[in-house]
Amino acid sequence: MAQLILRRLFQTIPTLWLIATATFILLQLIPGGPFDQEKPVTPEVKRLIEAHYGMDKPIHEQYLQFLLNRLQGDFGPSYKYAGWDVDEIIAQSFPISLELGFYALLVALFVGVPLGILAAIYHGKRMETLFMGLALIGICLPAFVLGPLLLLVFSTELGWFNTFGWNTPSDRVLPALTLGLFYAAFVARLTRSGTLDVLKNPYIQTARAKGLKEHRIILVHTLKVALSPVVSYLGPAVAGMISGSFVVETLFFIPGLGSFFVNSAFNRDDTMVMGTVLFYAALILLFNLIVDLLHAWMNPRTQRD
Amino acid sequence: MIKVKLEKEIILKKTQASAPTQWRSFFSSAYARIGTTLFLGILIACLFGPLFLDHSYESTQLELGAQAPSYNHLFGTDTLGRDLLIRTLIGGRISILIGFLATVVAVLIGVSYGMIAGYVGNKTDALMMRFVDIVYALPFTIIVILLTVLLGRSLILIFLAIGAVEWLTLARIVRGETRNLKTQAYVEAAKVNGLPHHKILSKHILKNLISPIIVFATLTVPSVILLESIISFLGLGVQAPLASWGSLINEGAQKFDIYPWLLIFPSLFFSLTILSLNFIGDALRDHFDPSK
Amino acid sequence: MQFPLTVTLVTLVTIFLSISCTPNRTNVERGLDSQELFIGIGSEPEGLDPHLVSGVTEHYVLLSVFEGLTTVHPETLEILPGVAASWDIADDGLSYIFYLDPKAKWSNGDSLRASDFVFSYERILSPKLGAPYAYMLYSIRGAEAFHKGKTKDFSTVGVRAIDDRTLEIELESVTPYFLSLPTHFTWWPVHPETILEHGAMTDRISKWTKAKHFVGNGPFQLESWKLNNAITVNRNPHYREAGSVHLNGIHFMPINSETEERAFRAGQIHITSSIPTARIDWYRSNRPQNIRFDPYLGIYYYLINTSNGPLKDPKVRQALAYSINREQLTEYVLKGGQKPAYHFTPPNTGGYTAEAGFSYDPEKARALLAEAGFPNGQGFPTFELLYNTSESHKTIAEAIQQMWKKELGIEISLYNQEWKVYLDSRQKSEFDIARAAWIGDYLDPYTFLSLGISDSGNNHSHWKSDHFDALMRATTQTLDPTLRFQLFQQAESELIEAMPFIPLFFYVRSLLIDESVQGWHSNILDYHPYQYLRLEAPQQP
Repeated sequence: MAQLILRRLFQTIPTLWLIATATFILLQLIPGGPFDQEKPVTPEVKRLIEAHYGMDKPIHEQYLQFLLNRLQGDFGPSYKYAGWDVDEIIAQSFPISLELGFYALLVALFVGVPLGILAAIYHGKRMETLFMGLALIGICLPAFVLGPLLLLVFSTELGWFNTFGWNTPSDRVLPALTLGLFYAAFVARLTRSGTLDVLKNPYIQTARAKGLKEHRIILVHTLKVALSPVVSYLGPAVAGMISGSFVVETLFFIPGLGSFFVNSAFNRDDTMVMGTVLFYAALILLFNLIVDLLHAWMNPRTQRD
Repeated sequence: MIKVKLEKEIILKKTQASAPTQWRSFFSSAYARIGTTLFLGILIACLFGPLFLDHSYESTQLELGAQAPSYNHLFGTDTLGRDLLIRTLIGGRISILIGFLATVVAVLIGVSYGMIAGYVGNKTDALMMRFVDIVYALPFTIIVILLTVLLGRSLILIFLAIGAVEWLTLARIVRGETRNLKTQAYVEAAKVNGLPHHKILSKHILKNLISPIIVFATLTVPSVILLESIISFLGLGVQAPLASWGSLINEGAQKFDIYPWLLIFPSLFFSLTILSLNFIGDALRDHFDPSK
Repeated sequence: MQFPLTVTLVTLVTIFLSISCTPNRTNVERGLDSQELFIGIGSEPEGLDPHLVSGVTEHYVLLSVFEGLTTVHPETLEILPGVAASWDIADDGLSYIFYLDPKAKWSNGDSLRASDFVFSYERILSPKLGAPYAYMLYSIRGAEAFHKGKTKDFSTVGVRAIDDRTLEIELESVTPYFLSLPTHFTWWPVHPETILEHGAMTDRISKWTKAKHFVGNGPFQLESWKLNNAITVNRNPHYREAGSVHLNGIHFMPINSETEERAFRAGQIHITSSIPTARIDWYRSNRPQNIRFDPYLGIYYYLINTSNGPLKDPKVRQALAYSINREQLTEYVLKGGQKPAYHFTPPNTGGYTAEAGFSYDPEKARALLAEAGFPNGQGFPTFELLYNTSESHKTIAEAIQQMWKKELGIEISLYNQEWKVYLDSRQKSEFDIARAAWIGDYLDPYTFLSLGISDSGNNHSHWKSDHFDALMRATTQTLDPTLRFQLFQQAESELIEAMPFIPLFFYVRSLLIDESVQGWHSNILDYHPYQYLRLEAPQQP
């Protein structure tokens, strides 16, 4: 186990370097710069502005400087928001996204897993259709539909929740549902098929024959194996959830990281793009490592290679 | 009694080999029948429905504006006075086409990539999975914007762009399951018996991967349909006045408390398609269930 | 096996009930007591340094924390004293002496000196700073030469502190509207000590605009700035007229249009930055007292690449212009009270209103197209109409595409691009027809018509006319308003005749405002000083 973690941590450095380099190249290729506007400044002024950010140097120098700065943990100033540093922005908005993502994960798990198991238990019966229909809500109604619908019913009409903001505990409910139900659909469907696959295995038949109670069988013996695809799915999904969702943040006016992800690309805010990409990449690597550890725990034999 | 039953089973087993009977057994499931009927209904409506409608999907009637459903406009009209029924049907052609092609691309790449990584293991696995991580982390928006600039605009490109992101998660799932299956006794046994790798992969491993693959594929279709509207937003893909379900739903969601029909009808088509696909998926899964 | 479901349901319901207590009083209700204003500004400001920003959003915020030498009354638009309590104008009109208000202080209590203005103007005019709007100060003698690097000696620029309270500004030429210039944020002073504490004078990357460092001189002072959340300003006790300020604080919130409107309906913000088009009819019939459509100094037009095939022919360009039904467009598509445009300069720009240069005339449009060799649109190649991605640009383009198809029988395909790619395509002339807009910088027709000058960096049409250039040059060489307006009218007619830009409509600024906001006056400058606002329950009629 320790060896696996060590090996993976070792792989992290070249992986992040490749991601950074690829992103650097993409940013060089993409048309439009951070200081282009509808009313363009004169080329002379633009050159002077770019000089402040070292963008007047040859590409290879910029690249080396960029690598050097990253190594020192310096992500530089945002091109778009004067006075703000990239790490400052991430530090301000990530805790909010993390919190939202955590609640969304709870929704995904507490809605998805029970629905999936119930559907598997009632396999072939009418109830199964009901459970699976419920699970699909998050897919049939994407966030940009579900969010306004929830807001209409629970905020505008019933007045239970604020229409926007991230201030009171109740402000967490609607965004978490909007974000979480999408993932819940995947979790429920994968749980159901995983449970069905496991239930037919000989050892379950043995357990049944031994007279163990049905729910004990399912909880103790199958879940660990049945949830294996769910775990694979959740690795990158959790990284996505906690790094923020542009749609949900915009709908509910939540100051999370997701809108910086999307807007930094539109603004050509190169330093911000690089900061968010590397941050997201680190999250992905981390959660995929956790997934592999979980797999190893759930099925120790995969450890051997 | 027992003898008769045995004979029956033997007969059943024999007939399973022939394709028509396989389909018959597939359609013996209510899920399969409902799902297939629903899906074919939507497909036919989208393909041929517009031929029977007098309205055009692009002609505007500005004075008319957004009108609630009526006899003349069964689904109502949008804010430019265009018939929503024909826009939904035409949009369906695009969305279903994109949904399916991109999903096929994603499944083909994702499954083969994940199986190879999981089966070979060791350094290859690590390398292949880190590659997945890298692609996963790259800024999608910027890649799509670059594609619009480098390659112009065409539907084919949308499939490529969408397929290029959707296969990643599937590859991770398949790889995780392959690693689990690889350690099962029967796979070990097959290896010891000298069965070639490609046979083991296709006979023992792929067969057991069918469930998650089908689940994932049926959920990828709607994801792709919605992703298309985001990609069109970036300038790659379907151009106005053509619409897709994604863009219609997106537009409807902004106005639904005033013009609810703008959201309801496209969403209904979209949801029914998802539902039918999941029914078909469930039936297929039961049909291919390795334990049967 | 009901166990997990039951538990989940019970837990969820409990959580729901425990936290979904009815929200307290709304911000609007609270505002009556607390005098705190909540205002939507649409998007996040790019900064709070008045020398570096260029947008409308930033202006909304900066107006609360800075003040220039002069101010404008929001209702009458007359020039009022600001930091300068009074001024003398030399007989030749080339020199202004401003006497600063002895009460004028910075928000940290330092008194505001004339030398602070000299520092500020040197800063914004220093080429190294790269201030996007430095040209707004070009009316100062020697400012342009200094900004363009022709001299490094700032003493050649006509700004001088005679003593702590007296500032002299010398002009390059007589500028009748000079006293209105210091109302623009480029002319506002910055606190030299704060700037220098956080870097050199010309550093762009500086922390001085952070809430904990920020020093301004407006009626309010910066309390906090949280990205994508709110910029909060509080009453500035050192403001020269602190006693006359009613509001205790303002929260500027960068909320997008739909969310903002929802928040307004729920009574959570007082003023929005826009109204979603689909909602306009609803407000018209249900809450007409809350909507405002203010005239705005801007035009929406289609830019034609006149170096492209049949688009080279002015007849074709005119045919395109004559066949668009602008009344229909503004009434049924835009709905926000926008004015159809039949000339290029918005009406009443500094007193000038152009004559309509053309009309909606499909007959004439068809005739023109036939003259150009495409009767009934036959043989007309398929052109592309480029717009940057946005719901409203798309809708307008779809409507116009169909008008052209119906009236002229020509096919135009639509193409959208992401904003920066679109800007790039325009710059490189990779378009046939492109959606475009122009917002005036100051109240003078020159800011609009100069777009057609051959060497204007913003004229992407490739249309050139020596005569037009000469007319525009002539307008800068006279002070006689009648003559200037005649010259502008001639230039305008020539521009419309050649039609490199197809005018579509003049912008309005549409917004929602709560009844309790008193002292908000509509004006073409979109200038709403916050010291005039107060929150008060409206009197029942």
